[in-house]
Amino acid sequence: MSTLSRDEVAKLAALARIEMTEAELVELASQFGSILDSVARVQELNLDGVKATSHPQPLENIARPDVVQPSLTPEQALSGAPAQEEQRFRVPQILGEE
Amino acid sequence: MIFKTAAEMATALATKEVSSVELTQAHLDRISAVDGDVKAFLHVDKDGALAQAAAVDADRASGKSVSPLAGIPLALKDVLAQKGVPTTAGSKILQGWKPPYDSTVVSKLKNAGVVILGKTNMDEFAMGSSTENSGYGPTFNPWDLTRTPGGSSGGSSAAVAAFEAPLAIGSDTGGSIRQPAALTGIVGVRPTYGAVSRYGLIAYSSSLDQAGPFGRTVLDTAMLHEIIAGHDSHDATSINAPVPAVVAAAKSGDVKGMKIGVIKQLQGEGYQKGVQTRFTESLEMLASLGAEIVEVDCPSFEYALAAYYLIAPSECSSNLARFDAMRYGLRTGDENGASAEAVMAATRDAGFGREVKRRIILGTYALSSGYYDAYYGSAQKIRTLIIQDYAKAFAQADVLVSPTAPTTAYKIGEKVDDPMAMYLGDVATIPVNLAGICGMSLPAGLADEDNLPVGFQIMAPAMQDQRLYQAGAALEAGLASKWGGTLITKAPALKGGAK
Repeated sequence: MSTLSRDEVAKLAALARIEMTEAELVELASQFGSILDSVARVQELNLDGVKATSHPQPLENIARPDVVQPSLTPEQALSGAPAQEEQRFRVPQILGEE
Repeated sequence: MIFKTAAEMATALATKEVSSVELTQAHLDRISAVDGDVKAFLHVDKDGALAQAAAVDADRASGKSVSPLAGIPLALKDVLAQKGVPTTAGSKILQGWKPPYDSTVVSKLKNAGVVILGKTNMDEFAMGSSTENSGYGPTFNPWDLTRTPGGSSGGSSAAVAAFEAPLAIGSDTGGSIRQPAALTGIVGVRPTYGAVSRYGLIAYSSSLDQAGPFGRTVLDTAMLHEIIAGHDSHDATSINAPVPAVVAAAKSGDVKGMKIGVIKQLQGEGYQKGVQTRFTESLEMLASLGAEIVEVDCPSFEYALAAYYLIAPSECSSNLARFDAMRYGLRTGDENGASAEAVMAATRDAGFGREVKRRIILGTYALSSGYYDAYYGSAQKIRTLIIQDYAKAFAQADVLVSPTAPTTAYKIGEKVDDPMAMYLGDVATIPVNLAGICGMSLPAGLADEDNLPVGFQIMAPAMQDQRLYQAGAALEAGLASKWGGTLITKAPALKGGAK
């Protein structure tokens, strides 16, 4: 039986940038055991020498010719912004006070 | 008129028996009457729909040539961006967002003169199998309003089953078109991966996501498929090849000599008795129409569900990082000099629902160093084995078949606190997504024990989508002549009137 502790869930939530209430952390930790047991079945088979598939199509990088294409205007690009200033996205403080 | 098929409506429009404005208004009236009960729509774009309908009518009046579906109304899953129309993907984090651009699917629909009635409800970011994970409340199954219409494209399937629209668009990452089609007694197709552009389809799991059509008949579904498919330079994974002749296949519907492979692993234990019975009857019907039935073995399919619930959450944990409260969507906690990181975390807590958080955390875990090889790495290798199993099976059969879902529609709330039980509903649909091939669900009848629709799944190799329609049309015609009409014509009438 796999388990994930409340603290481990809290660490993952921090990595994923999701603030979680104590109740959410406890609930997720309690559900994770059965989910992990179920997905851990992928380890039951001997997979030595099996190639990994990341994508259903074998693709190389695809580049278009380097020609300017029409794109969004600044107004359109900013139309959904939570906050904007002087034709830019206004974001909360990124660096510390110092 | 709203109870006709899209093909019949198209004929009525072409012969000027009805105008698109009249047809659109009839569907808007139907939505007003019954959507208070069904709750298929998150947003109804009445003005936009009527304007598009009027434009098509004007084109027709002036003798301009129009596409076969011009003037036909359609319901659009809220996962597809439509310029200027609220697009939420069923999430509070996108509440009120109006995209500044059209997804390619929407552009193609508009170019074909299809009338977009509005945006349909869905599990948040397409993560779920019942629409109960929507940030805006569940959708209800028109066959029994106490039950789920399936998911994640449950709003689209319910809209078509409730005659609110003859056609709809969904998206299918692990069965999200086929399973709701099965649970609501309609037809749904997940095209080959790369056959329909993903540009403007809000991403859940990019290597699995694919938009596709819903209709009440195989032919209607094919007509919509043909419009939305095709290469798009905006999507690097879009396949640069001609669209398979799906409409011609739906019209031919001939299975004489076709080899149909029954997948041993996708039946029996875990499948409801009434589902199994209708599935077996459908096989007998196909055999009586001249198909040859064989059994095929796909041993790695037993691991498909586990592989999917590692790959999809891993990709989602990466894709959903874009919801960072900076460029669009919700922002909360931006006060008293809070840091960008704190605002991001507070916003993602407030904006994401339980299932989305669960999958992001699971994906973050599966991709973290120390666990990557054991979980994500192994899942990718299982994916290879599933592709190999399909290749062997398709060497023995032209199409493969199974029940679409192990059960009929379950009660709203029944599985909401048991994520694993909910995930099991995708067991038969997921292999198609992992391999990037195509699949259809069409009605196989009603289960004896609960009188609810059962879905029959057909699978075909990549870019052989026409085989789905060929076999599907044959089965549909055979069953309809036995029942005296398609299954959806047997659906109980909706009383309507709820707000």
